[in-house]
Amino acid sequence: MEILYQNLLNIEFQHVIMWIIGGLLIYFAIAKEMEPTLLLPMGFGAILVNLPIAEAGSGVQAVIDFLFKIGIDSHELFPLLLFVGIGAMIDFEPLLTNPKLMLFGAAAQFGIFFTLFLATLLGFDLKDAASIAIIGAADGPTSIFVAGQLQSNYIGAIMVAAYSYMALVPLVQPPIIKLCTTKKERLIRMEYKGKKVSKTTKILFPIVVTVLVAFVAPDAVALIGFLMFGNLIRECGVLNSLSDTAQNVLANLITIFLGITIASRMKAEDFLQVETLLIMGLGLVAFIVDTFGGIMLAKLMNLFCKEKINPMIGAAGISAFPMSARVVHKLGLQEDSSNFLLMHSIGVNVSGQIASVIAGGLILALVKGMLGM
Amino acid sequence: MNILAAVSKDIPIADAGIVALLGYGVVFLGLILLMVVVILLGKAFVAAEKRKKEAPIETPAAAPVAEPDAPVAPGSAGGVKLYDVEPKTAAMLMAIVADKMGKPLNELRFISIREVK
Repeated sequence: MEILYQNLLNIEFQHVIMWIIGGLLIYFAIAKEMEPTLLLPMGFGAILVNLPIAEAGSGVQAVIDFLFKIGIDSHELFPLLLFVGIGAMIDFEPLLTNPKLMLFGAAAQFGIFFTLFLATLLGFDLKDAASIAIIGAADGPTSIFVAGQLQSNYIGAIMVAAYSYMALVPLVQPPIIKLCTTKKERLIRMEYKGKKVSKTTKILFPIVVTVLVAFVAPDAVALIGFLMFGNLIRECGVLNSLSDTAQNVLANLITIFLGITIASRMKAEDFLQVETLLIMGLGLVAFIVDTFGGIMLAKLMNLFCKEKINPMIGAAGISAFPMSARVVHKLGLQEDSSNFLLMHSIGVNVSGQIASVIAGGLILALVKGMLGM
Repeated sequence: MNILAAVSKDIPIADAGIVALLGYGVVFLGLILLMVVVILLGKAFVAAEKRKKEAPIETPAAAPVAEPDAPVAPGSAGGVKLYDVEPKTAAMLMAIVADKMGKPLNELRFISIREVK
């Protein structure tokens, strides 16, 4: 008889809290459409790994742990494969027509480095602080890659924070942008010089980026290499069906397993800690400071440049692609319904993608070097 | 796990400061380097194209003439044919459509844009 009610007796208060958290993630994914592709599997996974039956050795935990081991823990396979799909989705043309936009991608990584310092000040050790800081990359695969490589103890919380804030970009960024800019600045018009980019340039770009990043940040080569491989498939013009598969089938398949795999690190005993709240707070700080950094560079450039830049586009330097670019475009339209900033903000947005990968690689190299990992 | 504890053994903070400063600096350097390379590449291609145009064109009579690629609208996933529409206007229209549909431009495909008179 005992076997019938044994699992009921195994339920603990912490399990119930995790079910509520899982339920909330599913609610946000479905009702609010916030990053549903990841929040939904993560939410369901959070419930799954916190069932008492799972602890009783039903095999569920073992399967998810196995997925974690092969997909993230061993060589960060899932985030890298996902980057092939993301690379195939990205069109670098707006960036190639105006390469100066790359500077904003660099500026908007300020939040990563500020948060690294802040997290250390709050008492996190260097490897955890670096893993938390990379939430500011606004790029899920990069966050997973760095946190996985540094073997952070908080990978579950970091993933939840990274993907939650990416989904919350339309809520987080507008008030910061408005706070940092004047109405006059938001009304600045930027002419889009739609120069034609040759096919050769588009093909050479991913190769050149990969080689350059190998010199600047060798630890980022895996990330940038897979991202640029996806982009090369897209731009070469002879692999349309592979490009289509990478953008849709591959990206979707990996996303399904990535979400539920991350949930393996959302067990009550690991997740329900004060540190989780701190990580959520630090992640928010990272996003805010990133936005601030991008805007401030645009303001600084306006002091010297003849052709004025709308400072709002600097905010798109976080690599939440393409949400951040769309947020800036919408804000531009709110101020002036004929001011189209989309192409500029997309250019900045894709430069943020490259910059965040370089930042991730540098953090990895520097922290590993200091800790002798 | 508190500020005092961290400050008391201030080496991690110094390490974090070094990582932050070095990291941010090198990210800028890397992107500046990339920007310079892209600008140079662009200039090299423009110069090569100019030289090609300036050079006398000698086309053998029997050589098949390759059809030039249709102009590709910026941000789109493929080619779009424009009929009596300026590329700038077309880009604006596509941006508006993407915005109204709430979908990123690279998920939409525009076949052609024609001005209805």
